[in-house]
Amino acid sequence: MTIAASESTRALAERALSVRRGLIAAIHHAGSGHPGGSLSATDLLVWLWENLYREAPPNAADGGEQFVLSKGHACAALYAVGAEFGLIERAELLRFRKLGSPLQGHTHVVDLPWTGASTGSLGQGFSVAIGKALALRHRCLPGAVTVILGDGELQEGEIWEGAMFAAHHGLDRLCAIVDYNKMQSDDRNENICGLEPLPEKWRAFGWHVTEIDGHDLDAIGEAIRAARAHEGAPSAIVAHTLKGKGVSFMEGSPLWHGSVALSADETGRALRDLGAGEDEIAAWLAGSVPA
Amino acid sequence: MTTAQAPPNLVGMSGGTLRDAFGRALVELARERDDLVVLDADIAGGTGTHHFRDACPDRFYQFGIAEQNMMAAAGGMASLGLLPVVTTFAVFCLRAVEQARLSIAYSGRKVVIAASHPGLDVGPDGGSAQCFEDLAAFRAIPGMAVLSPADPLEMRAATRAAIEWDGPVYLRTGRSPAPCVTVEGAPFELGRGSVLRDGSDVTLVACGVEVARSLAAAEELEREGISARVVNLHTLAPVDDALLERCSRETRAFVTAEDASIRGGLGSTVAESLARTAPAPIEMIGIDDVFGTSGEPEELAAHYAIDAPAIAAAARRVLVRK
Repeated sequence: MTIAASESTRALAERALSVRRGLIAAIHHAGSGHPGGSLSATDLLVWLWENLYREAPPNAADGGEQFVLSKGHACAALYAVGAEFGLIERAELLRFRKLGSPLQGHTHVVDLPWTGASTGSLGQGFSVAIGKALALRHRCLPGAVTVILGDGELQEGEIWEGAMFAAHHGLDRLCAIVDYNKMQSDDRNENICGLEPLPEKWRAFGWHVTEIDGHDLDAIGEAIRAARAHEGAPSAIVAHTLKGKGVSFMEGSPLWHGSVALSADETGRALRDLGAGEDEIAAWLAGSVPA
Repeated sequence: MTTAQAPPNLVGMSGGTLRDAFGRALVELARERDDLVVLDADIAGGTGTHHFRDACPDRFYQFGIAEQNMMAAAGGMASLGLLPVVTTFAVFCLRAVEQARLSIAYSGRKVVIAASHPGLDVGPDGGSAQCFEDLAAFRAIPGMAVLSPADPLEMRAATRAAIEWDGPVYLRTGRSPAPCVTVEGAPFELGRGSVLRDGSDVTLVACGVEVARSLAAAEELEREGISARVVNLHTLAPVDDALLERCSRETRAFVTAEDASIRGGLGSTVAESLARTAPAPIEMIGIDDVFGTSGEPEELAAHYAIDAPAIAAAARRVLVRK
């Protein structure tokens, strides 16, 4: 892994903006979806794809890099990353959530093996990732497992079953990244069922824990490298993020968790916030892929 | 009958249990294939997998008392070339049905889910532990094979078939010593029921411990001049429609018998199949919309009317409806 220089970080930030525009267009044309948590997870996904999964997509059955987006409702971001890195056609984004498209409302691993898991029931993707880490070690295969969790997802008991298990078995090739945007479906975490003190919880369960700004691409890289270097225990990265990151009227609002229909006007404003020119906005709204 | 096997060997309690036969079969299979791993939730002594733990400790994974994580993790392990056998009690499989649905069946993962202590067979542990709903729940999952073998001999063959089947499998084992109703070396084909005793007046279709009780009921009926055929329907899904249709045309009356809820279990399975092929009157022996209670399995079988006299009585009733 090479350390990202600031110039390449800027280039990667541009790619992240492009991914965000793609996911907004996808949700607009779907008529439903989860923009807030997709936008908060985008920088994490883009860093992983640029640095770990660019040469070969993750989740090959014979080992190597493994990945699960356990908060599967944010799959618009994963699909947009897939389009950005050439795993699917960009035009497919416009068929997100539609009959016949492999881009279902939550990932389906039979349709898209590189997504690693079928998701949509919170907590399960984490256990699948744990099973992958166990299998890599059992079969002496190379690779490591990265799983992105939502914060609301941490209210599932299965997460803490898995956290106990992974630490007990010393699964040090497992890294869980919490997309900690502080909000869930109906309200802020603290008003639903509080998670704090969150890093302490993971530490108490025996995990190696770091905290970062989940939108700082250099910090993401540093934390993932540290996690991979840590031996004897699994690693948790608590990534502080902003729900709706990059779209002015969505940032910090649980109203945009989903499943929301984005009007043409809202889509245009969001794309503009994310750096789209008028031609690109017109193309996306017309249901075509921008040049 | 070309499919009839050698006469059943009703020797009473063999001393063997399905769970013990299951655990020993896993050890045999482990010698043949190195992808087999066994997952346990702190009840290896109860499920029979202590045999595997002792023989293959490096292929035995202890998940602690955490069935949801165990079930979904099995899906993850299967994604990297392992063949996980998830083991727990039937009632705790219910706790992880959704994990079996999403992370195993829907995800196209090959996993065997083996459940011991089903139905009234749990006995004194009481109503909370007596699971009648598992057959219905797992049978409703697309692509999930559902097996409930009749005795320790068949358990051994069924374990091999479950491992070799191309798809996820829910496999009921058993806690209590079970009489032998099949013979050593009898062919076992997943998805094909077997006729254990021929007869022409009524067909008794059973699975699990109810097969032996159905054979005993058939003996009782014979003394009254009623000729009862006994079908061991060890596979509830995919169901042997052709065999049931043939039995319907030849005997025109059925009794189903199971140590499970007739609502969604074997009773429903047979009724659904016959309704689409050759409808015939059916009486259903099993648990009908009640919970269990503490007691020894045999006295509970009488209490809940799933014993041999209850099956014979059901046969007399259904004959009136022919």
